Amino acid sequence: MFRFLLRRIAGAALILLIISAVTFFLFYAVPRDPARAFCGKICPPANLALIRHNLGMDDPLFVQYWHWLVGIFAGRDLVQFGACPAPCLGYSFATQETVFSAILDRLPVTVSVTLGAAVVILTFGIGTGMLAAWQQGRPVDKVASASSVIGASLQIYFVGPILVFFIVDSMGLLPRPAYRAFTENPLDWFVHLLIPWVVLAMIFTANYTRMTRSTMVEQLAEDYVRTARAKGMSGPTVFLRFAWRGAMIPIVTIFGVDLATLLGGAIITEQTFTLHGIGELAVRAVQNTDLPMLLGVTLIGAFAIVMLNIVVDVLYAVIDPRVRLA
Amino acid sequence: MTTVTWDREQPASRGPGPFLSVRDLSVRFATEDGVVHAVDRLSFDLEKGTTLGIVGESGSGKSVSNMAILGLHDPAYTTLDGEIWLEDTELLGAGPGTLERLRGDRVAMIFQDPLTSLSPYHTVGRQIAETYRKHRKAGKAEARARAIEMLDRVGIPQARTRVDDYPHQFSGGMRQRVMIAMALVCDPDLLIADEPTTALDVTVQAQILDLLADLQQQFGTSIILITHDLGVVARTAHQVLVMYAGRSIEQGTVQEVLREPRHPYTWGLLGSMPKLRSNVDLPLLPVRGTPPSLLAPPPGCPFHPRCDHPALVGSDVCFTERPELSPAEGHRDACYLTLAQKREIFDGQIKERL
Repeated sequence: MFRFLLRRIAGAALILLIISAVTFFLFYAVPRDPARAFCGKICPPANLALIRHNLGMDDPLFVQYWHWLVGIFAGRDLVQFGACPAPCLGYSFATQETVFSAILDRLPVTVSVTLGAAVVILTFGIGTGMLAAWQQGRPVDKVASASSVIGASLQIYFVGPILVFFIVDSMGLLPRPAYRAFTENPLDWFVHLLIPWVVLAMIFTANYTRMTRSTMVEQLAEDYVRTARAKGMSGPTVFLRFAWRGAMIPIVTIFGVDLATLLGGAIITEQTFTLHGIGELAVRAVQNTDLPMLLGVTLIGAFAIVMLNIVVDVLYAVIDPRVRLA
Repeated sequence: MTTVTWDREQPASRGPGPFLSVRDLSVRFATEDGVVHAVDRLSFDLEKGTTLGIVGESGSGKSVSNMAILGLHDPAYTTLDGEIWLEDTELLGAGPGTLERLRGDRVAMIFQDPLTSLSPYHTVGRQIAETYRKHRKAGKAEARARAIEMLDRVGIPQARTRVDDYPHQFSGGMRQRVMIAMALVCDPDLLIADEPTTALDVTVQAQILDLLADLQQQFGTSIILITHDLGVVARTAHQVLVMYAGRSIEQGTVQEVLREPRHPYTWGLLGSMPKLRSNVDLPLLPVRGTPPSLLAPPPGCPFHPRCDHPALVGSDVCFTERPELSPAEGHRDACYLTLAQKREIFDGQIKERL
């Protein structure tokens, strides 16, 4: 187990390194010069060269990349912006704040949206899927399967404003979606994010309903489930202790991927409800040719993905004893 | 080895019937292609402490009929008719609660493939113990001790440590022993073994069969042994029932059915079995053709499309009317040939090839 984790974390570090390098070098393939943006409307070549020098952009590419990399662990001193303590991801070209603090500001928003939506997704997705599998072929099954398809075909930017209009504007049941710090007032945090959670969950829940239903039906037909029934286990025991155990693996797999995607920024959701999360940061970084910000956001997204992958692998071993971590 | 007492008290007055009595059992499945007549008016009896071997090709209804005893068919797709009496309990009409209490306690089942039939997610000890806890209301520690005792009884070495292993950590033969330990944990009166040795190699097969025979002698368990291996039947069964297309076509004692088989299909089964002693130049005598579709079984005798002898019957009754088992008692078979004709064909053409 320890060796497994060590190996996987080393692997994760390598992946992050590759992703950051690819992002870095791809950025320079784009024919846009950030130094020009700093230079202003009338830009004498000497000024441009100075700005380039101050940004460190007159060094060879790999040297620039190396400086960026070292900065994460050791911090660096940037001529253009000043000192940048470790972990230093540089300063945003656009807003002149450090990338790290910008991400740190936005992270609670994204994490709140993601985790809340995840709870709703799992509860309703798995719950409905289980119900459908339990009632296989009966009306409940058909209603559950059909409604999940409807949920999946809705679009956030369509359902979101409609829900806000009815629930917030017309009925005044909930406040307009916004981010409130959980640490200050958990209830406030909850009511302000409820609509985004539900709307986001609508899109994903269908997947989980379908997956849960189909794997449960599959598992219920397995020999070992029949054995459990043949030895007198009750219906609910067979369903939950035996069939569900096997059905968990594919669900954990897609949940890991979805969670990582959401942590990387749910851009449409953030735009729809004007929440200032990582997704918004990412879009703005692309629009502004803001290399340090772009690198930082990409790295955060990649970090979420590789870490969740490790968690998923560990969960496999917890669920299924045949999976050995070595 | 620890000794286990056979502590179930015998009912004061046993009913007049046999221990297990299956009467006119029919099992039909509704499928997209139509209704499958998997079992058609099957009847047999089983006495206490004896073994009934049920043989037949794949799809002849062997497993299906026995799953009906435990009520394991999905009622949404299955129609069951007839009666199944276990002493004085009728099982087909019994409610789910009755069946749940019965399964694993009085009637237990061993399945064919021990790898897929054991839960990969739980230790063998837990899988054995949970049956005991459920039916005997035993505590955790007591059930665990019982699981160790059962593993020991079926001949698994170091039962005390192996009780915490998972099925994938056992070899095929050991896994089947685990399966047997699990089935026997509540000292069942009836054990249904569905091809218990098919997935195992021959040496392990012999061990498992000996184990079943030992347990039967010790505890007086009645066994239904489902197999397509006549060697296994010859070795362990007292009574034999040959199934074809969901019907019983011959039944009797092992001696009767295997030494003097009467039904042409039984001849075919016996003729398809290679013998180590026989001349290698003598070809096997397979049953020609393929088993009939159970969606639309052939009219008359279901075996007639594959039978060599309908001409001897003298009328076209083989093609139009289903033969019933006769005589009413003892060695019975469902064929229109006269007893003398069967004996003549068997002695003249078949016997030398077996």
